[in-house]
Amino acid sequence: MSGALQDWKSQKKPFAAVVTAPVFWLALFFVAPMAIVWLYSFGQNAGPADIEISGTLDNYKRATEWLYVSIFLKSFAVATLTTLLCLIIGFPVAMAITFAAPKWRPWLLLGIMLPFWTNLLIRTYALMALMGTNGYMNKGLGELWEGASWLRTLVGMQPLDAWTPVQLLYNNFAVVLGLVYVHLPFMVLPLYSALDRLDKSLIEASLDLGAGHFKTFMQIVVPLAAPGIVAGVMITLIPALGAYLTPDLMGGTDSQMIANVIERQFKRANDWPFGAALSFLLIYAMFILIAFQSMRANKVKAA
Amino acid sequence: MFNRTPIAPLEYTRKLWMRSWVGLTMLFLYAPLILLMIFSFNDSKRNVVWKGFTLKYYEKALHNDSLVEALVNSLTIAALATIVSLVIGALAAVALWRFRFPFKGLVEGTMSLPIIVPEICLGVAFLIFFAKVDWPTDLPWPLNLSAITIAHITFCFPFVAMVVRARLASFNKEEEEAAKDLGASEWQAFRDVLLPHIRPALVAGALLAFTLSLDDFVITFFTSGPDTITFPVKVYSMVRFSVTPEVNAASTILILLTVILTFIALKLQGVKGIAETH
Repeated sequence: MSGALQDWKSQKKPFAAVVTAPVFWLALFFVAPMAIVWLYSFGQNAGPADIEISGTLDNYKRATEWLYVSIFLKSFAVATLTTLLCLIIGFPVAMAITFAAPKWRPWLLLGIMLPFWTNLLIRTYALMALMGTNGYMNKGLGELWEGASWLRTLVGMQPLDAWTPVQLLYNNFAVVLGLVYVHLPFMVLPLYSALDRLDKSLIEASLDLGAGHFKTFMQIVVPLAAPGIVAGVMITLIPALGAYLTPDLMGGTDSQMIANVIERQFKRANDWPFGAALSFLLIYAMFILIAFQSMRANKVKAA
Repeated sequence: MFNRTPIAPLEYTRKLWMRSWVGLTMLFLYAPLILLMIFSFNDSKRNVVWKGFTLKYYEKALHNDSLVEALVNSLTIAALATIVSLVIGALAAVALWRFRFPFKGLVEGTMSLPIIVPEICLGVAFLIFFAKVDWPTDLPWPLNLSAITIAHITFCFPFVAMVVRARLASFNKEEEEAAKDLGASEWQAFRDVLLPHIRPALVAGALLAFTLSLDDFVITFFTSGPDTITFPVKVYSMVRFSVTPEVNAASTILILLTVILTFIALKLQGVKGIAETH
């Protein structure tokens, strides 16, 4: 870094040239739409295509009904479980990339990034095709079943009944699996960038001084990689909480998440003010999560 | 791979369990996509049994006018959104990097919001906004894509700004001052000194914006009218209502497109360069 920031007054023309377009765009196409949603959340349907902004809090009151609170809680639970699974699966992968031979590292990274760049819908669809009643997962399970049946006949027992395909899709299990599948690269990349920066001699020192691999991992690697873990958790948890596509396509009737409820208010139930209130509650939830994270980051800095 | 030197303590990657873990994760990530691609050539409606090689679903997909139209729409939107996001994002990055001005924190914070706000909320906001301002929906192509394009620019340009700003941090301001001392105008200094420095970030930002736009389903789902279908929205309705092998073929085309784009990025930047932009 060199040179201090310039005061805008000393260079009005260049300042205006660079600042106008972004600020104009943000105000018109981001702040204005969000503001309208916010206002709508205090309104009510006044006619078939007319919404009166009356300052009512009814929409928020309705959002505290158990039905909606339970969907919020469930979305949190699903997103947390997804994040936890991504962390458990992703951490060893990030470790492996960090300690891989330099020749291999870029290719492993690319291997993680390519799915990240592939269309989300196509990835979800591919997973659905695999998990369908005619899909490979069912075929594999069927073969295991037949194998077990054959083993039973070997020991003189009755063979098992014929395999009937199980429904792997359209339930909560499918939603969590789908979310893990989609968000895994989100977790691995920040973990890798934290681990890559870590001073490897500290791990060597710990191992030399007699700590086992597990102890070294828990007491050296995890604390030093904490910023990456927090970043990975946030970057996975936030989109997972607002996920629409995966629960919509892979979930059953009871696996609706908050985004699906919001969508329904706009596309089917036609209750825009209530949908607007739910949207803002979801946004506030994100803000709280981010506030927790930055409070934690500040504490670490202060300590 | 099979050398017999003992495994050093930090060579975690050479341990068997670590290798199998990575292998299984890669299998998890890639098996669905690879099977989808293989079975797009399968001569059978029921996906799981191989009945022989065929290109008929590609033929069908390419003769499906609404699917092709959706793909053309998606590519057009992505191209337009990329160009505008690149300009606005780069300007925003330069403004925040170079100037001190009132409400800077507010502008900076607001600009990071489109990245944080859940897609569904942004989609809803655009739905309401375009309904409220009576955005015309019966314009001729490509103007009928304007609403979707505007929405895409809003969530793409903050990413471009982020990438460009990271690159600007390594710029030596003395170079620009030297150029000005030697008589370059403000614009010449920008064009001949600053712009070449941020070029790699612009390439990375463009690729990021293009993929983000091409990938987006949720926001487009809320902003698209009946006549402005994009590729993800079209695939969604095909998956939702009638799963056909055509979807496999169309998806394979898009996956290949992604792979090609990634390799172009690789050629331009090297693997490391791409890794750093994420």
